[in-house]
Amino acid sequence: MNLYGILAIYKFEMARMWRTLMQSVASPVISTSLYFVVFGSAIGSRMGDIDGISYGAYIIPGLIMLTLLMQSISNASFGIYMPRFSGTIYEVLSAPVSYIEVVIGYVGAAATKSVILGLIILATARLFVDYSVLHPVWMISFLVLTAVTFSLFGFIIGVWADGFEKLQIVPLMIVTPLVFLGGTFYSIDMLPEIWQTITLFNPVVYLISGFRWAFYGVSDIHIGISVGMIMVFLTLCMVLIAWIFRTGYRLKP
Amino acid sequence: MQPDISVQNLSKTYGDGFQALKNVSLDIQKGEIFALLGPNGAGKTTLISIICGLVNPSSGTVTAAGHDIVREFRAARQAIGLVPQELNTDSFEKVWNTVSFSRGLFGKPPNPAHIEKVLRDLSLWDKRNNRVMSLSGGMKRRVMIAKALSHEPDILFLDEPTAGVDVELRRDMWEMVRKLRESGVTIILTTHYIEEAEEMADRIGVIRNGELILVEDKATLMSKLGRKELRLHLQAPLEELPPELKDQPIELSEDGYELIYTFDSQQEQAGVALLLRTLGELGVEYRDLQTRESSLEEIFVGLVHHD
Repeated sequence: MNLYGILAIYKFEMARMWRTLMQSVASPVISTSLYFVVFGSAIGSRMGDIDGISYGAYIIPGLIMLTLLMQSISNASFGIYMPRFSGTIYEVLSAPVSYIEVVIGYVGAAATKSVILGLIILATARLFVDYSVLHPVWMISFLVLTAVTFSLFGFIIGVWADGFEKLQIVPLMIVTPLVFLGGTFYSIDMLPEIWQTITLFNPVVYLISGFRWAFYGVSDIHIGISVGMIMVFLTLCMVLIAWIFRTGYRLKP
Repeated sequence: MQPDISVQNLSKTYGDGFQALKNVSLDIQKGEIFALLGPNGAGKTTLISIICGLVNPSSGTVTAAGHDIVREFRAARQAIGLVPQELNTDSFEKVWNTVSFSRGLFGKPPNPAHIEKVLRDLSLWDKRNNRVMSLSGGMKRRVMIAKALSHEPDILFLDEPTAGVDVELRRDMWEMVRKLRESGVTIILTTHYIEEAEEMADRIGVIRNGELILVEDKATLMSKLGRKELRLHLQAPLEELPPELKDQPIELSEDGYELIYTFDSQQEQAGVALLLRTLGELGVEYRDLQTRESSLEEIFVGLVHHD
């Protein structure tokens, strides 16, 4: 195991976050705050409770998930895309690091950043609404597991993308709609029956539902199923990454 | 003695069907400076890239420092430092950080004293807190070399190290390469500048269309393929070449003032003596003479254009 190698990649990536602090931390915090102001405080005060939870508090898990998914994907995809784009990837490819170590370095850093952001947003939410966390250990586990899974997914996008626009397409065109339609702002029980069924094909539903359960002990879907779905997606990403490195896809001719 | 780098029957065909290397075999001994010459697209960079792990081989095996580059990639790669052709640098990083990063990546614990030494040797010490993007092209090249040396490699690959580099830096680099060799580092360099190979290399390999067409000791190569030229400046011009000299490899210059005799450097003595004697007998007087050995460049051009 090349621990120094993993640490070098990890520290390099974290340094990138500090360099771009404004972009990395401030902008998601500001945009999430806006959601809280508009949906939590302004509109939320006129909405009834959902499952016995005030609307402002109800949307917190979903909004954290939104940032967590977007940031995990963009951090990890950018992290591996930039060296490919600038050519500095040669150094990582010629170094005595295995692909698992490369992934731990890049994905670990991306996931760390997203988890830190998730916690910052959680703290920011406190300024707008009152909430409690019923299962803190589960909450943190969900946060970490989701961050790791979607950072892996982002890593795949970063290897696949051959231009900056492709880096943006997936988070913008796929993840954002899935999160908005995945029950961030409503309980899926509120949908017509046919849409309830269709919604179940949206993987983000399971993430938000499970995460909300960790907060308030209520969920649309059983927590076991939520955890199971994350695990399925995690495994899928790992299999794809193993394939990427075995074949050298877009990394090694 | 076991070679430091051993390439056996290495071939590479890229996805688009282009065959970049054809059954290349090559042994490089510990501590030697080996120059790989060849025109653009001949396969030099592909060969280096395979040894360093940037490109997958199609067939064949490579060992570096006695370790198979695929099965024992950690041990093999730890022994290797690579300075690629392109100036690929992390623009936003500071010089000290980017060089320290490389050391960590290659599995070595931090050693500020070594990093300092490398930076001082490459005249980068004053720039250690500068961002890479603020450096000139030549300085960036030095940073790339510093990165490659950060983990104290036993084998150093320099892919076109002096392309686009000014004369001063080129001299510095040659000096550095010599010092590294004295410390036992094996050096493989590719170059377009024959002058560079001539100046530094112990052995020379010529690659053409993916085939290693020649590997030879530099001195042997020069003497084997080298041509010498003897120019005689005459007292009075000749109208034509005397018939006694017509079957010899001699030319008369247009103005008639110069006789140019070309010969293989190995059989020089006999030919020259005979020529001078003949000229004496013919009463052709000369006021000056000079000999010139053909450069590696001429040898090289002769080789790669020979079908």
